[in-house]
Amino acid sequence: MNRQKETLAYNSKVEGEVIVTRSDAVINWIRQNSVWPMPMGLACCAIELMASAASKFDISRFGMEVMRFSPRQADCMIVAGTVTYKMAEVVRRIYDQMPDPKWVVAMGACASTGGMYRSYAVLQGVDQVVPVDVYISGCPPRPEALLDAMRKLQKKIGQENSTKNLLSPRETTAV
Amino acid sequence: MQTAPEFLRNYDFLSERETGDCPSVLCPADRVIEFVKELRDVHGYDMLVDLTAVDWDKESPRFMVICHFLSSQKHLYLRVAVNCPEDESPEVPSLAEIFPAADWHERECFDMFGIRFKDHPNLKRILMWDDYPYYPLRKEFPLAGIETPLPSAEIAEVTGTKVKPAPMMGGPFVAPAEGHVSESEPRARDESWTEDEPKPAKKIPETKRQ
Repeated sequence: MNRQKETLAYNSKVEGEVIVTRSDAVINWIRQNSVWPMPMGLACCAIELMASAASKFDISRFGMEVMRFSPRQADCMIVAGTVTYKMAEVVRRIYDQMPDPKWVVAMGACASTGGMYRSYAVLQGVDQVVPVDVYISGCPPRPEALLDAMRKLQKKIGQENSTKNLLSPRETTAV
Repeated sequence: MQTAPEFLRNYDFLSERETGDCPSVLCPADRVIEFVKELRDVHGYDMLVDLTAVDWDKESPRFMVICHFLSSQKHLYLRVAVNCPEDESPEVPSLAEIFPAADWHERECFDMFGIRFKDHPNLKRILMWDDYPYYPLRKEFPLAGIETPLPSAEIAEVTGTKVKPAPMMGGPFVAPAEGHVSESEPRARDESWTEDEPKPAKKIPETKRQ
């Protein structure tokens, strides 16, 4: 029984100071546990976004509490709120300034589809200007929904071919 | 309903309008500067509360600018309506010199109705972007919008996106007030038609004219 355990565990005496694993697993593990969100708060969803960072819901349990207001220091843009056509340009420019690899979460009905704003002024879904990884339903979504989406995003990051794509940047043109 | 103040009788160019709340007068566009100055300096209406406009569609004069004044001493409101003399290129004098509060309100009126305010210090769009070709609150403009290029040509080129008419399938879109949160997404009241299946023609019951 004891012997079996030893063979399964990492043994520094036998293997030296070396750990063998796949590079994808290491890179993805690092990426998915240090997501730095860029809060693109545009409407009431941003209030729920703030709530999810506060003590009751505590997004830092998943390593995402480092909200960065500079796109150059962030790698996940959370679009929280109604994107007007006038603002769409700004959203895209901020997205362009984020370093690769980067992800986008469309939080709430407005960011996902235009929501209840079927009007001349509102962009009908932020996926028309930036590629979206995770959509969250709700008007506005509860903080738990945001946390769930961020966990899903972590899972998605975990499945990426990071090593293969290390030198070729991700496709960033919106569909 | 407040009764109209006595001093309004001294201005023979004014005509009284029907009203449900505060006194309301109609003032010709060429006398409005003179009248508003006296309202502020002589009669104590020291605050411009609101300035907006109405599009009367096929009637003429088509556009009407409406201002609400408040006397903070006497606690009286007064509504002043001004008809735009022309229907094609409506223009009225700007009140921004007399009440600085009028500045942004007039810009919004210009943005939404295309009413020009003569001698305004900075008459440009305030809500829509500068190159937007339409005036969205005019009666002939559809709520869904009209296809136009994106405000930024550079972003439009990268993303291939345009300003498109919003899908109105069964709209307008409302969130049901009842039920569980997960069930109360904004949705159309009438879901019998989509973009693929056109809206069924409205059945208007025949009524006999009496």
